Amino acid sequence: MSDDLRELYQEVILDHSRDPRNFRELPDCVHTAHGENPLCGDRLDIYLTLDGDGKITDAAFKGRGCAISMASASMMTEIIRGLDMEKAKALFERFHDLVMGSGEADISLDEDDLDKLQVLAGVRQFPMRVKCATLAWHTMNAALEGDAVASTE
Amino acid sequence: MAALEKHSPARNGFDTDELARIRADFPGLDQAVHGKPLVYLDNAASAQKPRAVIERLSTFYGHDYANVHRGVHTLSQRATEAYEGARESVRRFLNAPTGEEIIFTKNATEAINLVASCFREGVLEAGDEIVSSLLEHHSNIVPWQLAAERTGARVLPVPIDDNGEFLLDRYRELLGPKTRLVAVTHVSNAIGTVTPIAEIIRLAHEQGVPVLVDGSQAAPHMAIDVQALDADFYVFTGHKVFGPSGIGVLFGKREWLDRLPPYQGGGDMIERVSFAGTTFAKPPHKFEAGTPPIAQAVGLGAAIDYVNGIGMARVAAHEAMLLAYATERLSAINSLEIVGRASRKAAILSFNLMGVHAHDVGTIVDHSGVAIRVGHHCAQPLMDHFDVASTARASFAFYNSREDVDALADSLKSVQEIFGR
Ligand SMILES: Cc1ncc(COP(=O)(O)O)c(C=O)c1O
Repeated sequence: MSDDLRELYQEVILDHSRDPRNFRELPDCVHTAHGENPLCGDRLDIYLTLDGDGKITDAAFKGRGCAISMASASMMTEIIRGLDMEKAKALFERFHDLVMGSGEADISLDEDDLDKLQVLAGVRQFPMRVKCATLAWHTMNAALEGDAVASTE
Repeated sequence: MAALEKHSPARNGFDTDELARIRADFPGLDQAVHGKPLVYLDNAASAQKPRAVIERLSTFYGHDYANVHRGVHTLSQRATEAYEGARESVRRFLNAPTGEEIIFTKNATEAINLVASCFREGVLEAGDEIVSSLLEHHSNIVPWQLAAERTGARVLPVPIDDNGEFLLDRYRELLGPKTRLVAVTHVSNAIGTVTPIAEIIRLAHEQGVPVLVDGSQAAPHMAIDVQALDADFYVFTGHKVFGPSGIGVLFGKREWLDRLPPYQGGGDMIERVSFAGTTFAKPPHKFEAGTPPIAQAVGLGAAIDYVNGIGMARVAAHEAMLLAYATERLSAINSLEIVGRASRKAAILSFNLMGVHAHDVGTIVDHSGVAIRVGHHCAQPLMDHFDVASTARASFAFYNSREDVDALADSLKSVQEIFGR
């Protein structure tokens, strides 16, 4: 098997996709959005609860999609819980750079959160799959912005 | 015995030497992907091009190119002859009665939209019904929905069973006094079902209802005879029959082409223009406004001539062998489920590996050089019927081999290795 493939399908990713964390609805939550990748039919819903200071107190998701989109959603919900919403949005941008292979050529990541997301950097080698990795993040962003729907197109 | 074994597939398919000769005609097949020989099994999405087509385009552009139907000069005459020659090749390919009934479009989608738009303007009224099916590609659903929305007509889908079989009995029930058109596919692009199209047409005609057949996935695989079928409209798309992209075909019976209003207005489709009123050219030009896809049509003609040189009957026999072998090999894989088990199928095989999303399958087999399509195949109503979001689809052409099937089956093993299933 090629190194690219091995890097894409790391054990951590397979584990999250098989056993996604926070895979549930949050009843009565106001910050929710539906995300779809029209190209491949991946779809998911993101649920967020925020406290009065704009801190994300809980994050969950439901949906179906490929291993990459499910793992990315699962990891995201773990990481953004407890973050200030502005920080979560900033993290989305950094994550976007990471999987697009843009930004600094070799992004050295000191922050813990971004560090954990490093396992998804393998999608860089798979341009057709970048949208799978970013779908949950786009949707999270839409939920925070108050948009009901996010699309990767 | 060894010799016999080696040759036994040839009873139904091409023998080894002949297949090698055919493959050598397709330069696109001869390359490595991720360091592995390319195994191209995405023919239902688009087919590779034979050298005959590539070279025809090159000589046409290099020597015979000008606009068509407009000049008295030599190049325009040559270009017109080449363009009209392609129409004649298509006419023979479909066994249409006359070349006037062959209209060039940019693809199958435009051919369907052309008929939908003309029906919207000239035929459909509120309360009318268009019968379609669950097997359709979106391009044979959405144009009818748009036409229905504008006119107050309705689109009724014929259901299918769990094998993906078109349900003739349910179809019969849907045909009624309000049916204005039946628009169904000849072959399903997603699961390969060959519909009982002759019977579908016969039943519609009993009620005086015309039928549009989407032949996009039939044309690459089998001989087509629109007269024997008695189809009112038959469409296909050039790039799937080894021709260039940017060219599609609509066959329409002359009586319909005379009766329907024009599609687009412009040059080439008129007889005489004045601001007091314009009279339209006769078919096919009535439906070919503006400069057509000239070289694309010529390339399609070359593709059809090439395929005819092999013979559609032999193409069908070789592909039947490939489909049977692929079905056997893939059925032997644990946790693989074939989606679509109709009694008559073209060489299109849709499947899912339990617990693995088709996209992951597609990415992983690509690394073994195997090109397949994954997703909903522009057939979401069909995916919903089978309660899947997507499938992986291997689709074959006459240049594929048993070794290609073996490569696919082997590459699926690496999917299982990664996902540990
Ligand atoms: C059954 C069927 N109909 C219509 C189409 C549309 O063809 P095109 O995109 O060339 O218009 C396709 C191919 O995608 C198809 O498989």
